Amino acid sequence: MDKNNIRMKCEKVNFYYGRKRALDDINLDIYKNSVTAIIGPSGCGKSTLIRLYNRMNDLIPRTRLEGKIFLDDKNIYDIGSDVVEIRRKVGMVFQKPNPFPKTIFENISYGLEVNGEKDKTFINDRVISSLKKAALWCEVKDRLHDSALQLSGGQQQRLCIARCLAVEPEVILFDEPCASLDPISTQKIEELILELKKTYTIIIVTHNMQQAARVSDFTAFLYIGKLVEFGTTEKLFTVPKEKLTEEYLTGKFG
Amino acid sequence: MKKLTEKLGFALLFLCMIISLFFLGSILYFIVSRGFSVISWEFLTQVPKKAMTAGGVAPAIVGTFYLTLGSILFALPLGLACAIYLCEYSPKSYVVNIIRMSINNLAGVPSVVFGLFGLAVFVKFFNFGVSMLSGALTLGIMILPNIISASQEALLAVPQSYREASLALGATHWQTIKKVVLPTAMPGILTGVILGIGRVAGETAPILFTAATFYTRGFPKSVFSEVMALPYHIYALMTEGTHPEKQTQIAYGCALILLALVLLISSVAIIIRQRQRKYYG
Amino acid sequence: MLAFASLLFLVGIMVVLFLNGLPIFKETGVFNFLFGRNWYPTYDPPEFGILPLALASLMVTFGALLVCVPLGVGSALYLNELAGPRQKAFLKPIIEIIAGVPSIVFGFFGMLIVAPMVQKIFNLPVGFTAFTGSIILGIMAVPTVCSISEDALSYVPKSFREASLALGANRWQTLIKVVIPAAGSGISTGIILGMSRAVGETMTVLMVTGGAAVMPKSFFIPVRPMTSTIAAEMGEAVVGSSHFHALFGIGLVLFVITLIFNIIAEMISRRFRVKLGLGR
Repeated sequence: MDKNNIRMKCEKVNFYYGRKRALDDINLDIYKNSVTAIIGPSGCGKSTLIRLYNRMNDLIPRTRLEGKIFLDDKNIYDIGSDVVEIRRKVGMVFQKPNPFPKTIFENISYGLEVNGEKDKTFINDRVISSLKKAALWCEVKDRLHDSALQLSGGQQQRLCIARCLAVEPEVILFDEPCASLDPISTQKIEELILELKKTYTIIIVTHNMQQAARVSDFTAFLYIGKLVEFGTTEKLFTVPKEKLTEEYLTGKFG
Repeated sequence: MKKLTEKLGFALLFLCMIISLFFLGSILYFIVSRGFSVISWEFLTQVPKKAMTAGGVAPAIVGTFYLTLGSILFALPLGLACAIYLCEYSPKSYVVNIIRMSINNLAGVPSVVFGLFGLAVFVKFFNFGVSMLSGALTLGIMILPNIISASQEALLAVPQSYREASLALGATHWQTIKKVVLPTAMPGILTGVILGIGRVAGETAPILFTAATFYTRGFPKSVFSEVMALPYHIYALMTEGTHPEKQTQIAYGCALILLALVLLISSVAIIIRQRQRKYYG
Repeated sequence: MLAFASLLFLVGIMVVLFLNGLPIFKETGVFNFLFGRNWYPTYDPPEFGILPLALASLMVTFGALLVCVPLGVGSALYLNELAGPRQKAFLKPIIEIIAGVPSIVFGFFGMLIVAPMVQKIFNLPVGFTAFTGSIILGIMAVPTVCSISEDALSYVPKSFREASLALGANRWQTLIKVVIPAAGSGISTGIILGMSRAVGETMTVLMVTGGAAVMPKSFFIPVRPMTSTIAAEMGEAVVGSSHFHALFGIGLVLFVITLIFNIIAEMISRRFRVKLGLGR
């Protein structure tokens, strides 16, 4: 855990829905070109936490954040920081596949267009390379101009990943990306994540411990809004320091 | 006994349906059968002649067209902007709720009251006089609440996940609205607008004292001239003038044109809505 | 900007009605205006009591309810319960389309067909009566009541029906004891909106109720509801005169009445959504 390698970082983060505190004094480092998994029982604040990294919770009324979250050396919650720019750098794949009701091509070119890209050939190439990276190209290359809503759930989710890759983010957030998918699609997405970590920094929320063990380098265990334990996945799963972590991993609660 | 009440009850419901359809159908039949013989190419394209007893009703058709067009051009941008503001920009609060309720209320205000408003504000205060402009603005204000609430409903039906996906890709709020939210909501908004058009085309009370007149020489010349309009023309033919028999014939023709126009417009809206329902399940 | 402009217009309507209507309340007093029994706007001195007009509106609306509630709700029940899917897919849009027929067309029909029929059947001196108005308004409101009620019925969860049928109730009992109570507040919303439409309807009543501004003593005499009073007299009223303000005063009263109807409808429909767990 080299301190020079930190990409994102939470400092004393508290988060409130109205008066209810959902996150309690979280300090968490995210390392470059690694996969960090956030695990914990439902309602522990996993999704709330991951949505803070690209300021997605700004959309929910009556919420409040205390503390700082850094992307490299900049606090993304600083007054005057550009939320649109942050979201371009920190991409997100959601729990349920959410392609736009547009064609497959338009879904991917969308991110480029809104970021001001006008060059048609560039867009075209980027769409193709993103689809290839997301391992979807072979399945859709003949129907790029069909509606994205016709794809299967697993394909839709890979399309959402391709859409996210097209704008070349630096960090990618996965919020339970396999929650609504079948085992085969899940496997494909996990393989994809392992491939992507070579170039990107990845944070993934999952309720599936095996998935965390399979794909992640680091794991953070969250329980009722508190960060109970953080460490390399190998250590956390084999020799957890906290009793609570051990109980969760062995299925005593969940 | 149990069986008998069920049979009687269902028979009663069937009867209700039949009676309703009979009444509504007979109105349509009456207008169509009597109006059909009146309609001719001349009727559609000529100006009225011989003190409204002969000739056509072209100025009324054109007037209705202008009034409807004007009111939509006025109400659509305003209403859409208002709906976007209420759904996408303003924080969901108590105030927005009150605004939403008052808009719903205004949608139920009698059209004649809008006529009063138009008279006081456009005809008198802004001194547009009894004119096409006053009438179109009055009609526009009348359907403003309908357009706002239809658009609002359509915008609210756009899944939040579309907005999140777009924002997460680094799109700005406005890009998200323009490129994702509005296109998705468009069929719903369109339905509302088309139904609004149908309503405007058939309304009489709001233009009674803001725009309409019984007779003009030829077609309206500017936005400040009085206009003839189909619905008002029917009313006037039935209540004014000196040749009731012949005027009634013309009124049949007008009623048929108006009916065909309005039914056509609202069928389009309803077909769009049916399709939309199928699409989203 | 545009958004605020349209809000401004909407607030403006209330302001304009108040500004132009208030002078008459000052002149005659609120009580005398609302409960005065004589509407003689052009006499010298004029009298501005809107009780006969308000009663006429009330009568016509009530009569219309008697027509549109059984027919509208009955048709909705038929569509929801008895009509097959294909029949429903055909009839529902037709009824929605008919809901858009302009009121002037109904008025026209009433004037030429219904009024003479009423005159003949009841052997009256004139066919233009409160009764005629009620019938036409009632028929007019049927599509509105029917389509809103049908929506309410279709929101009733299938599980309610299945539970009742599984207990050995037949379809009629299920309909009366389970479905209608569950959809009850939704249906009442439809009825109230239909009523609101009847109260505010102008052209039809103007054409078929005869237009005599006298205290309505029976259903079979000519009457003059509030809306048609405005429509018929605004053309003659001198701007700024008491008569002018009195007509705005009527507009204000109509505004308040529809406001009350809408608030009731809103409250009921909110309760309906809560009851069926539809949220909001």
